[in-house]
Amino acid sequence: MARRAQPLTAAPGIGAAGFLAALILGTLATVAWRAEAGVGLTVADWAALRFTVVQAGLSALLSVGLAVFVARALARLRFAGRRALIALLGVPFILPVIVAVLGLLQVFGRGGWISDLLGLWGLPPVRIYGLHGVVLAHVFLNLPLATRLILQGWQEVPAERFRLAAQLRFGPWAMFRLIEAPMLRQVVPGALAVVFAICLSSFAVALTLGGGPRATTIELAIYQSFRFEFNLGRAALLSGMQIALTATAAMVALRLARGTGFDGGMDRPLQRWDGRSATARAIDAAWIGLAAAFLILPLAAIATSGLAHLPGLPQLVWRAAAVSLAVAGVSMVLSLMIALPMAGAVALGRHGLIEVAGMLGLAASPLVIGTGLFILLRPFADPAAMALPVTALVNAVMALPFALRILVPRAREVVERHGRLALSLGMGRWAFLRLVFLPAMRAQISFAAGLAMALSMGDLGVIALFAGAETATLPLEIYRLMGAYRMDAAAGGALLLLVLSVGCFWVLDRGGRWHAEA
Amino acid sequence: MKHLAFAAGIFGATAAFGQAPELTVYTYDSFVAEWGPGPQVEAAFEEECGCDLKLVGVEDGAALLARVRLEGEHTNADVVLGLDNNLTAAAGETGLFVPHGVTADLDLPVAWDDPVFLPYDWGWFAFVHDKTFDAPTSLKALADSDATILIQDPRSSTPGLGLLMWVRAAYGDDAPAIWEGLADNIVTVTKGWSEAYGLFLEGEADMVLSYTTSPAYHLIAEADDSKTTAVFDEGHYLQIEVAAKLATTDQPELADAFLRFMISDRFQAIIPTTNWMYPAVMPEGGLPDGFDTLAKLGKSLLLTSEEAAALRDQALAEWRAALSH
Repeated sequence: MARRAQPLTAAPGIGAAGFLAALILGTLATVAWRAEAGVGLTVADWAALRFTVVQAGLSALLSVGLAVFVARALARLRFAGRRALIALLGVPFILPVIVAVLGLLQVFGRGGWISDLLGLWGLPPVRIYGLHGVVLAHVFLNLPLATRLILQGWQEVPAERFRLAAQLRFGPWAMFRLIEAPMLRQVVPGALAVVFAICLSSFAVALTLGGGPRATTIELAIYQSFRFEFNLGRAALLSGMQIALTATAAMVALRLARGTGFDGGMDRPLQRWDGRSATARAIDAAWIGLAAAFLILPLAAIATSGLAHLPGLPQLVWRAAAVSLAVAGVSMVLSLMIALPMAGAVALGRHGLIEVAGMLGLAASPLVIGTGLFILLRPFADPAAMALPVTALVNAVMALPFALRILVPRAREVVERHGRLALSLGMGRWAFLRLVFLPAMRAQISFAAGLAMALSMGDLGVIALFAGAETATLPLEIYRLMGAYRMDAAAGGALLLLVLSVGCFWVLDRGGRWHAEA
Repeated sequence: MKHLAFAAGIFGATAAFGQAPELTVYTYDSFVAEWGPGPQVEAAFEEECGCDLKLVGVEDGAALLARVRLEGEHTNADVVLGLDNNLTAAAGETGLFVPHGVTADLDLPVAWDDPVFLPYDWGWFAFVHDKTFDAPTSLKALADSDATILIQDPRSSTPGLGLLMWVRAAYGDDAPAIWEGLADNIVTVTKGWSEAYGLFLEGEADMVLSYTTSPAYHLIAEADDSKTTAVFDEGHYLQIEVAAKLATTDQPELADAFLRFMISDRFQAIIPTTNWMYPAVMPEGGLPDGFDTLAKLGKSLLLTSEEAAALRDQALAEWRAALSH
């Protein structure tokens, strides 16, 4: 069969996917080759595996469990600021983990607000280190995501159903049994799986709030055998464990997180007649208030304590901020250079290899890629000199699944809508790319760029593995300040990081939409 | 062409400026802290050497060794300062360090003749607590008590490794049982000494693993006599902190000069009131006032460096197993 003429070529996309697959599978193979099979897993390794699964399970159950109520309240209650609150739920996605941890420490830590409050009644302060601290931070970071996923489920229930339910005078129980429960049955497993998979590869949270062998995730154990003992064999062995775990979880999550199956309504504006009693409204308001307080208080804590210490920040912090900006910039460009050709190739109908490569990105763990790259590159170069380039590359790979999700649908649309016309005009591939494809994708490209840059800004993962004493990104510098008990400077640095992350995202995202057609 | 000459002039000047040789010393965080020995040591050595001494705070001793192994022959370090007697055998095996050739009359509680690793201070590990706290009187009693403690990870920190060897030296093969008992006393295990001590000062636990000399810091630097150390019946484990020259150094003479300076009176006089340890060579002025108030210990425990190296992996596995329940 003759191949149809195309306005673009898929070759660069296939090349990019090949590069990605080679990077991920190559580092994996290196790790497997280096792993000391004879060593076997010790009691402590099993404990790390158990802790990883237990904390991820608890985090998923709690995040999603709470999210069901918060999402229900948000779906039923209309109030001023509802839109802003839902938008705010998107912030933790680009919130640097170290900033979240510092904020949580200021609210829930021993010297924090909650402990101070408890002290007024003579109660002992709360402890945040260990399993409950790790779970608390994960719930903080994932409750918004879970709420959005479930809220989406609620919003996909056709308006006609609510109308019918109101006409039939459904009580709360009937409402739950006939409308809410079937929807939740479809949405909740996917949300659970997604949060579980995210928490499995938790590193920064366990690094800062975990403590000792009792609260060590596998990712943290990889870091420890690397940085504390320089035992590459053990690091590799643990990496193998981590990959098996995340790959399985990612597969399950992808399978479960499919769209819901309500038959379409007529897309009329959603109007709700249930949940109008005073009690129901009060309960909804309480859920929303609690969730908002839980999410906003730690951020407010960072803003207030950080602001005072921003002017007096040590030179080191500013230098680290500049390093972070550069790394995030490079990472963003790399991410687009891989994602754009891939999106183009998918739009041309070449899914197979590309989607497999994109999938690999979901299952890959940054510390595993980092370990593999380290083993590969060490004979040739100074590890400290590789720290920043490797961090930029790994961060780009980590942002890739998100970038693809943003770029692919639009790329398909553009090729479908303008492809044939371009061909009939005899437009060359380069001209199509320059005059049609890229301009039409501007909003999506800048959204993906903003996301990639913000994620890289806040990342504390592979940099901790490689960084020499004199190179640090801002998140790592904040972590070091925390370790040295310079909490004031750490808080100031955290506010700076927060502003930079959100700022990068906002500027890029807005910049792209300026004068854009869509 | 003026601007060219100008530019050349600038470059010439920076090149000349950069000609002062640089000696890079990797050490632990608390050594380079503002209140640590770092700033004074740097000023004092730079007066003598006509060089630029760069003290780089890496991590606590054990992770410091891992760092140097990780960097291997690419490392920028000329000298590593902050390993201890439990690590010297393992460090020696890496072949990364070379003999110092310095002869010194050391005032250590034990004989020391290691040709590669040169001591600069020493102390006894001990748990520090508030005087108001009724502390247990032995490791065993501590394990049986419900006192809360903060310790350091033996894989990254020399005090953490010291406690591992302390329990081993005192209880031999019964060490795992002691660790089982200690597991529920431990609030958290930190990466380094600074984190644990910081958490203790914030009130996170009753006691913290540190040194018998730590209360001197509060007494002398802060005029606060509220801190003391628990004296344990089993005896206290000794730490001797050492430095060594790297084989890959591009400044071997400067590195030797630094090691000689390290055991000179000037450096040693800085140690007691900045690193809060006993000096390896007693300075002329003796110990500062306040050190006489510190705990007097009946019995020292010590494993040889070879014993410590041989026991390390097994002791570590036992420790991790006991604490991961």
